[in-house]
Parts: sequence; C-alpha cells; structure tokens
Amino acid sequence: MTPATIAPILALSGFWDRVFVFDRYGELLHLLSQSVLAGAILGLVGGVIGTFILMRDGAFAVHGIAELSFAGAAFALLIGFDVVTGSLAGSIAAALIIGLMGARAGQHNALIGTLMPFGLGLGILFLALYEGRSANKFGLLTGQIVSVDRAQMLEMAVGAVVVIGALLVIWRPLTFASVDPDVAAAKGVPLRTLSLVFMLLMGIAVALSVQIVGALLVMALLITPAAAAVRITASPLRAVLLSVLFAELSIVGGILLALAGSLPISPYVTTISFTIYVVCRAVGALRRRFSQSGRSGRPAEAAPAGAAGGGTGPAA
Amino acid sequence: MTTQQTPSVSLEDASLSFGERTLWSSLDLRIEQGEYFAVLGPNGSGKSTLLKAMLGMIGLSGGSLRILGRPARRGNPEIGYVPQQRPFPAEAPLRARDLVGLGVDGHRWGPGFFSAARRRRVDELLERVGASEYASVPVGLLSGGEQQRLRVAQALASRPRILLCDEALLSLDMNHQQAVSRLIEEYRRESGATVVFVTHEINPIIDDVDRVLYLANGRFRAGAVEEVMTTPALSALYGARVEVVQVNGRYVVVGAGTASEGAAEDCHAHDVEGGA
Repeated sequence: MTPATIAPILALSGFWDRVFVFDRYGELLHLLSQSVLAGAILGLVGGVIGTFILMRDGAFAVHGIAELSFAGAAFALLIGFDVVTGSLAGSIAAALIIGLMGARAGQHNALIGTLMPFGLGLGILFLALYEGRSANKFGLLTGQIVSVDRAQMLEMAVGAVVVIGALLVIWRPLTFASVDPDVAAAKGVPLRTLSLVFMLLMGIAVALSVQIVGALLVMALLITPAAAAVRITASPLRAVLLSVLFAELSIVGGILLALAGSLPISPYVTTISFTIYVVCRAVGALRRRFSQSGRSGRPAEAAPAGAAGGGTGPAA
Repeated sequence: MTTQQTPSVSLEDASLSFGERTLWSSLDLRIEQGEYFAVLGPNGSGKSTLLKAMLGMIGLSGGSLRILGRPARRGNPEIGYVPQQRPFPAEAPLRARDLVGLGVDGHRWGPGFFSAARRRRVDELLERVGASEYASVPVGLLSGGEQQRLRVAQALASRPRILLCDEALLSLDMNHQQAVSRLIEEYRRESGATVVFVTHEINPIIDDVDRVLYLANGRFRAGAVEEVMTTPALSALYGARVEVVQVNGRYVVVGAGTASEGAAEDCHAHDVEGGA
C-alpha cells in the first residue's frame, strides 16, 4: 500500500479513537455517576412531556423556548450566577410570552420564529462578553456532562417532580384539550389555562434539558422519542411509556458512550434517538401496509380516509 | 315535575352581536323536551353562535337563555355535543376507544389510568354505535363516517338530555349520513332527549325534524318545516325572491335572478344532494 492510501485509514482510525475511548472507563463512570443519574431524570421528563408536546404540535415552541433558555443560561454564566436558574428564567419568560398570546402552540409559529433568533442573538452576545472557560460556552449550545454538581442535581430532581406531578394532575383534560379542542371546550375544559400551565411545564423541561444536551439539541430529547413512539403505537399510555424508554436509551446510552470518547455528548444522543426514530418509522410503515391497523373481524370496507377526512359525498 | 314540563331550551328576547354587527335580536324560542329541532341558515347567520351560547361558551348580548330551566353554563353534563367531522392527524396517539373515553371522563383531573368502569362504559358506547370492530384503530385512519359514529358515542357518554349537533353530517357520504342520523334519532326515541341540530342542509334529517329555526340576514323564522320552508317565508327572510321546491319530500332552495348574495349561497347549500 502506498502512503497515500494509508493516510486516510489512519485518519479514520484516529477518528474512531476519539469517538470511542474505553480506557479506565470504570473510574470515569464512577466519577460521573451523577451525570448518568441526571440523564436518567431528563429521559423520564422528556419522554413523558414529549408525547403531549407532539399532541399539541408544539415542537417549534420547544425550539423557541430553548433559545431563550440558552440566553438566560449565558447571561447567568456571564454574571457568575447559577446557570440552571438562568436557563430556567429564560425558559419561563419564553413560555409565558408564547402561552399568553393564544390558546394553542401551533398558532404561534410567527411569534416563536421571531423570539428564537432574538434569544440566540442575546445568548451569543453574553457568551462573547464572557471571559471564562470556553468549554462552558460551547456546552450551553451543544451539551456537556461534566458540569452536574450536587446543587444542580437537586434542582433537576425538583424540576422533574414538578413537571411530572403537574402532568399527572392535568393528564386527562390536557389530553382532551390537545387532541380534541372543540369538544373539550364544549365540555367545559379550560383550554387557555391548560395551555399556559403546559407552556410553563415545557419551559421547565427545556431548561433542565439544556444543561445536558444543550440548547440546540433539546428536541432530540423532547421530540424525537415521542415522535418515534407514536409511529408504532396509537395507545396514548403506551406512547408515553415507549417514549420514556426511547428517551432513556438515547440520553443514558449517549452519556455512557460520551464518557468513552473525547467528543461532546450531543452527537451520541442525537444519533441514538434518530436511529430509534428511523427504525420505528420503518416498523410503523410495514405494519400499516400488512395489517388492518387493529381492525377486528372482516377486512374493513372503508378505505382509510386519513388527512382527506373521508366521505365522498357532496361537501357544501 | 309539573304538568307543564320545563323546556329544554328557552330563549327570551335574546340577542347576540359582535361589535357593530348584530347576528340576531328579539329571539324568543322554546324547545320542548324530546323535540327534534333544526337550526338552519347560511354561513355567518349566527346558527353556530347560537349553539355556542347554549353550550355556555359565549354569553348573549341581551335577553336570557335557559337550559332545562337553568342559565346556560359551560361543561353542563346534561348536554352532549356532536361536532362537525374534522380530520385527525394520522399519527395522533389516539384510538377510537380513546376518543370515546375522553367523552366519558376526559374533563376530570388526574391521570385516570386503568379504570375498569371507564373501559366498560367505552365498550358499551362503541357497541351502541357499531364501532366495536375498529375500537383499537387510530382515529386518524378512520373514515369520516366512522369518526362521526365515534362522535355520537362520545356525546352520549354522559347520558345527556340534550344533544347539540353542529353540522354533524357535513362532508359525509349519503350512507354515513343516514347511519349517523339514525343513531341520533334512536337515542332521542329511547331516552326522550332533545336534539338541536345546526345545519345548512336539512334534507339528511328531514324525516326526524319536528320544528326548525331559520336564520338569515339577522332575521329569523321558527315553526314547523312545512311552514318555514316555503317560498314566501324564505323570501321574506332573505329580503329577496327565493324559490323553495319540494322534490320527493326533500327541499331545494333556489335563488331567483335578483337573489342577494346570502340567498345565492343558500341555494347552493340546499341543492339536490340529500335525495331519499
């Protein structure tokens, strides 16, 4: 082999050495067990709230909130304040602005699209002014695992209990309001209040996630697992359980792999969650093709109407 | 109960306006228990708004509205609501049985996982509307007609004494229109419930309807179908010449040459689509 062909191979093996390093893995794992636990908490929160975010078509809102959360965290970093509190403040401000402006997440796209670059711009400004370790800066955008200390851990646990506890309380009316708002309103379900409460919960969940996976990648934790789950089940409860499972696999798996490498954590998390999504999509597509989608008895006489809404009759 | 039953719905000198625009005013109406009452009119005539007022979702601008003797309020369990068919996203994590389940206890707080009582009630309701076969199918994959059966089941969950239907047969094909309207009529006969059906197309329910309220251009006319669905009555409402033709017991409304915009729209709506 000529040196010209060997060089890329060497470069490639150098790449894999950076991606997976298992030297003294046990010691590292012990040192960073806090981070793994923090990841597990996030997976639980992300998996549960993700299903509701999806039902409410709130993916874009998550992204918008994340950028303001980033701005808040960057500001906290700049003034030497607690970063979790900073990102929480940014998140909640964003959630309130979006939540107070209407009843449903899907209607706010223009508003969110306006807030998002503003938040990102502010965040970049604060980071540019910050003169500390540059790893801290980068971490807010793309995630980090070394930074979880006891106090932050406690904040995360409290945040998780608040989010999941509140979701359990509003579970049924929130489901009703999210998937069937017209009838829910007719039944007296308080849509606006629920929408606002949910936005706040989403804000908290985003702020917690920003700590670990970074502002740019919260979707990998809050959206992708739920999006994968609804591809393979239509049962609301099973969707939540699967979404939690997928989120845990992505985040805990991602952290464990990231420990073994010298790269940021986010590529691991996003790669795992994306792979799960692709597999679920394929499985879902195959199932729909070769089954009756859960119909019992004789094959259905009605063709699926899907988005067309069915009914070939005269529409007025 | 006195000999004179409390009316299901009573409106006294009711009016509703948004800013400058008055939808209707001085509306007096009494819908008796067990009656099948249709509210007709072109788009924008305020018929859906009237229904929202009955649901307690908006207040009147004047006058009073009582439901079974009490002021209209939100979340009244005596009212079942059947909405217009709208497509669900194919990926909505919601099966037929979950949609019906929301009608049973979706308004309650708490997660309500694993309730055997709800399960039984949902099975019962699915059976009743003939939807057991697709109980576990995602709602986004059901046809419009199948979805509307579920909507009826969902509305019947609280055993309501009044069923409010808002264009519930719109965009269904004729077989499904008949199937769904039969479910509604069956429930009325069995339980003595009142049906208030808002529609701009009376033909699919013509055999069941007792009385109608026709709203147009801020004017209205209430009465038996034969009284209201006439050339003079509708012409007076529209303020323009409108021809009402009866074919096989169905009504066709045709705007004449000078018809106003509202009439033209209406004649479209009542075109020969609901044949026997």
